[in-house]
Amino acid sequence: MKFLTTNFIQCAVKGCQSSDSSFPLKYEECELVAETQEFKPEFLVHMLEKINWSALVQVARDLGNDNLPTEKPELDPIMEDDVLILKDLHNLLVETNILNGKMICNNCGHIYFIKNSIPNFLLPPHLCN
Amino acid sequence: MKDYLIYFAQAYPNFRRAELESLAHYHGINIDLSHHSETSPFLIVQLENDEQARKIMERSVLSRGIYELWGQGNTLEELHQSVKDNDNGKFELYNKSSFKFDFIGYMGRRNNKQKFEMIESFQFLAFEGPIRMKNPDEVYTILEEYEVMDREKATTPIKMWFGREIQLSARCNNVLDKYDLKSRKYIGTTSFDAELALVTCNIAEVGPKKIVYDPFTGTGSFLVAASNYGGLTIGSDIDVRILRGKGDVNIKSNFKQYGTTTEFLDILTMDFTNNAFRQDFFIDTIVCDPPYGVREGLKVCGAKNEEKAAGRENVVINGEKAHLRRDFIQPKKPYELSNLLDDLLKFSASRLPVNGRLAFWMPTANDDFEINQIPQHENLELLYNLEQEFNKWSRRLLVYVKRDEDYKGVTKNGLKENNIKNFRDRYFRGFSEKSK
Ligand SMILES: C[S@@+](CC[C@H](N)C(=O)[O-])C[C@H]1O[C@@H](n2cnc3c(N)ncnc32)[C@H](O)[C@@H]1O
Ligand SMILES: [Zn+2]
Repeated sequence: MKFLTTNFIQCAVKGCQSSDSSFPLKYEECELVAETQEFKPEFLVHMLEKINWSALVQVARDLGNDNLPTEKPELDPIMEDDVLILKDLHNLLVETNILNGKMICNNCGHIYFIKNSIPNFLLPPHLCN
Repeated sequence: MKDYLIYFAQAYPNFRRAELESLAHYHGINIDLSHHSETSPFLIVQLENDEQARKIMERSVLSRGIYELWGQGNTLEELHQSVKDNDNGKFELYNKSSFKFDFIGYMGRRNNKQKFEMIESFQFLAFEGPIRMKNPDEVYTILEEYEVMDREKATTPIKMWFGREIQLSARCNNVLDKYDLKSRKYIGTTSFDAELALVTCNIAEVGPKKIVYDPFTGTGSFLVAASNYGGLTIGSDIDVRILRGKGDVNIKSNFKQYGTTTEFLDILTMDFTNNAFRQDFFIDTIVCDPPYGVREGLKVCGAKNEEKAAGRENVVINGEKAHLRRDFIQPKKPYELSNLLDDLLKFSASRLPVNGRLAFWMPTANDDFEINQIPQHENLELLYNLEQEFNKWSRRLLVYVKRDEDYKGVTKNGLKENNIKNFRDRYFRGFSEKSK
């Protein structure tokens, strides 16, 4: 699972849908791998618009990265300095994969697992619907 | 406005209008296709310029090409006259360009000698540019329609057109070979044929920067098709094995095979009815082939027998709650297609942006199909219901568009109301009367 994807997902339990604390999930015991991908600055700029930045910062911290600014940066792929930042973001969002790990809901405490890079959101019967 | 001639492929004629209309709409181009006929592969349309023609044709799967129309007639003489009458300075404009001639015959064709004579007969165009068989500036195409009487091969066309080629379609540029399942590394019994998957993505208005979601990903047929058009794809499926593939052969490796890895976002194991995408996750388009139980189960998470399962959440193994252990297998229970389609419409209505499209395939038995079986949601307008017919059943590509608050549709589900039985049961019982 890409680091980027952590910004899309929350707890699947219906009762947690409207709770602010079910997104982002809390990431623990994560095994990360880097996977080289072509750098596409326009893609990142496009994604940045849609990203929930504070959630991103929070997950990065879970995974041991304290380097993100607290405010979402405004980046322009034509500016040289910005390209450097975009490269860092590319490295984090697109190239960093969570191979194995746990995702925990801060609202209900349910634990989801990531196995072989695929997160599993299937729920046990008592948490369904 | 200028006249352009579209030449369609001989495939799924009842889908091609929807495809072209959608491609035009995607590019913000107005086009009137109301005179389109499923029985003729030739269609004259009005467009503002070549650029528009190029745009609507480039991605098309069910068309072959588009031509600036220079003339038409029922005989060669009429064609000559028509081309001369419509000159308007065109001959002059292309006077110095390199060129070649091309021939397209529908239900008939000419031999090389005849072709040569035809080309000679257009000498009045007085082109001075060099003839070039490879990469000429312009290709002039003579398109002909023949009529086949009984079994005899027709020798003279009933209709002829002369056009300057503007754009050949994705089909003519071999998109079908490229995505053919036969050469795709990772496929399964549920893989969707490439041609219709690509058509689905065109009608769904997939495009660069659009986030495309397939909630029933399987082997990812719709994801790779969407990525061909630049869609940023994300998929989920209840079955982790199908997502995982075998060793290095999996959905991701298919993206590698097609050179579209940047269009691959991710795949997640998820029961669609217990969805984990955050409420405000930005999905632009949804394309899918929902499970209807023929090649795969239609299941959701939950216990088949709730009584028996009661209290299992308290089971502890090695000091850990069983359902919180890494190796816990979440039980599944059967579910009705009608409910799943309801869920799909509801989800789409709440997550798609205004004008975003939902396109999915729905199987129907031919002997008890009624139009009210097509599910409806008050915020979604049904744009297309395109039928692919098999012997006793059909599958339909249903395409909806999300409308704003001013749109007042109705929410209904005829499958549920009329208690239409499980499609799977009927399929395996040959759609017999008794199985109804
Ligand atoms: C008709 S197949 C779609 C196959 C896919 N188009 C492909 O290219 O292979 C339906 C898929 O839905 C999945 N499925 C069944 N129930 C589901 C559910 N409740 N949530 C998510 N996926 C489900 C099945 O595992 C199956 O892969
Ligand atoms: Zn929760």
